[in-house]
Amino acid sequence: MALNRRTSILASLALLGKLGQAHGAPADPVAVTVSFSVLGDLVRVVGGERLRMQLLVGPNQDAHTFEPRADDAKALLGSRLLVSNGLGFEPWAGRLVHSSGFKGRHLLAANGIKTRSMADEEGQQTTDPHAWQNPLHVTRYVRNIADALSDLDPTARADYQARAKAYTIELTALNAWAKDQFATIAPAQRKAIISHDAFGYLGEQYRIRFSAPVGLSTESQPNARQMAQLIRQIKRENIRALFIENMSNPQLIRQLAQETGVQPGPPLFTDALSEPGGPASDYLSMMRHNIGALASAMRHNGVTKN
Amino acid sequence: MNGLGTLGYAIFIDPFVEFAFMRRSLVATLALALGSAPLGVFLNLRRMGLMGDALSHAILPGVAAGFWVAGLSLWAMAFGGLLAGLLVTTLAAWLSRHTQQEQNTSLSAVYLSALALGVGMVSARGTPLDLLHILFGSALGVDKPGLLLVAGVASASVLLLAVLYRGLVLDTFDPLFMRVGHRSTGFGTARYPAVWQQAFLFLVVANLVVGFQALGTLMSVGLMMLPAAAARLWHATLPEQLVHAAAQAALSGFAGLLVSYHLGTASGPTIIACASLLYFGSVLLAPDSGISRGRLRGPTLASTIHS
Repeated sequence: MALNRRTSILASLALLGKLGQAHGAPADPVAVTVSFSVLGDLVRVVGGERLRMQLLVGPNQDAHTFEPRADDAKALLGSRLLVSNGLGFEPWAGRLVHSSGFKGRHLLAANGIKTRSMADEEGQQTTDPHAWQNPLHVTRYVRNIADALSDLDPTARADYQARAKAYTIELTALNAWAKDQFATIAPAQRKAIISHDAFGYLGEQYRIRFSAPVGLSTESQPNARQMAQLIRQIKRENIRALFIENMSNPQLIRQLAQETGVQPGPPLFTDALSEPGGPASDYLSMMRHNIGALASAMRHNGVTKN
Repeated sequence: MNGLGTLGYAIFIDPFVEFAFMRRSLVATLALALGSAPLGVFLNLRRMGLMGDALSHAILPGVAAGFWVAGLSLWAMAFGGLLAGLLVTTLAAWLSRHTQQEQNTSLSAVYLSALALGVGMVSARGTPLDLLHILFGSALGVDKPGLLLVAGVASASVLLLAVLYRGLVLDTFDPLFMRVGHRSTGFGTARYPAVWQQAFLFLVVANLVVGFQALGTLMSVGLMMLPAAAARLWHATLPEQLVHAAAQAALSGFAGLLVSYHLGTASGPTIIACASLLYFGSVLLAPDSGISRGRLRGPTLASTIHS
């Protein structure tokens, strides 16, 4: 009798749970967890209203040093798809998938991109993860996202693919606009100093040379020789394009500015979007903001050959 | 000879002549050495050698509160950290005076509570942003205000330490004497036995928090504790230890910056590596170190009393 009652309670609880699910989500949205804000914007563009999206590392926050919390694991368990950049950008993502027991699909959005590697502080080659800094690479991101969403939610396949296609046109336009912006700047002038090495792909696409006092991760430690070399370079080549990023300690760039008398430009957004209403609240405005600021600062660079 | 002189100039002097950031780092490091290495000697004598590390975590709730009030302002965060550090050490000292517990025990209890509170505060606002990572600086990033702050705190703490010196020595070596109070010594502090300790802890916290912000945790804690531990191996009397500790810390700063400049190693860890080289050198060579004296004789009575 007692056993009977218990099973019936359990059964009704399960039923209630099902009802609640069906009731609370009339349009049956696809639950997706996204690692950081730039990627979040791309997923939102492709998925539109059909998605219920959770962002792990929000606007103005640093994905290099992020540590997942228990409710992040809970959010992940409630979703069917995890989208992260890959290429070692989110070193914590694999651990989070493991420890939470996530059974859904894990999409590495940068899959299939021709990556570039750089020497880190120890002179070892590591893959540069910041691939979204090249708009043409982002067309691949968007295609990957559209394919993953289509697999999960085949009824809306046409919808996802159409949005991805429309956005690809915008990305191509962005690329053309950027080329236009830089076209009037002499190759010898195309260089800039930034707080950490996040613009490799942008530099590759538009032939800009970026230098930074610390390496690929915001966590790496500066050394005096590199600082000295940067100062000599800024003075010798008369570089006027000096920038800090939205989410890193500005101390070192301020130091370089003070030493060389160069005024740092407006903060650039590299690894995180700004808050809504800010100058970089989505991917396209982030890129336009950065490219505009870079172009106008680099015009004042000296034309000395290095 | 002339060539050697030029080479020496290029190695030791030129970097500081050419680059203002090297001068600022050097002055900040020297100030930190003078201000905090003597405090480290007292910390070691009071068996509170791990306090610096504990404190670098204990300031988190204050840093988080500063962030809530003023956003990403280094000054608000540092001020919050200073307050939190003072609260933590005051509470720990009060607990150990009233519960007969070792100060290390009460400090670890209180700092862990503070750390938990801090992590809770950071998480409650949904900020996975690493506040301490943002706050903690690097020796190469010291700007003028940061330099003035470090130098100001170091000067004030040297002066205050001189004022506190006699009472602090008594409280360190003979706390019971201080508790009873001796009017004949001029330290009639029976009613305020905690005054000396509190003032001392204030100095330690101020030096550490300012150092965290300007130079980073490793630098502040390392320059405070490593030279102090080494100096104790060389000298029996306290004044000698204090001077020696400050000199060793300053030497580590100078040498570390030069190595970082010439070999391209990360500056903070290099400076502390120099300090630990000096420490292990002292362990091997110093007359008061058990290793150099040989095991047969064992520690002398005099060195046991003095150390």
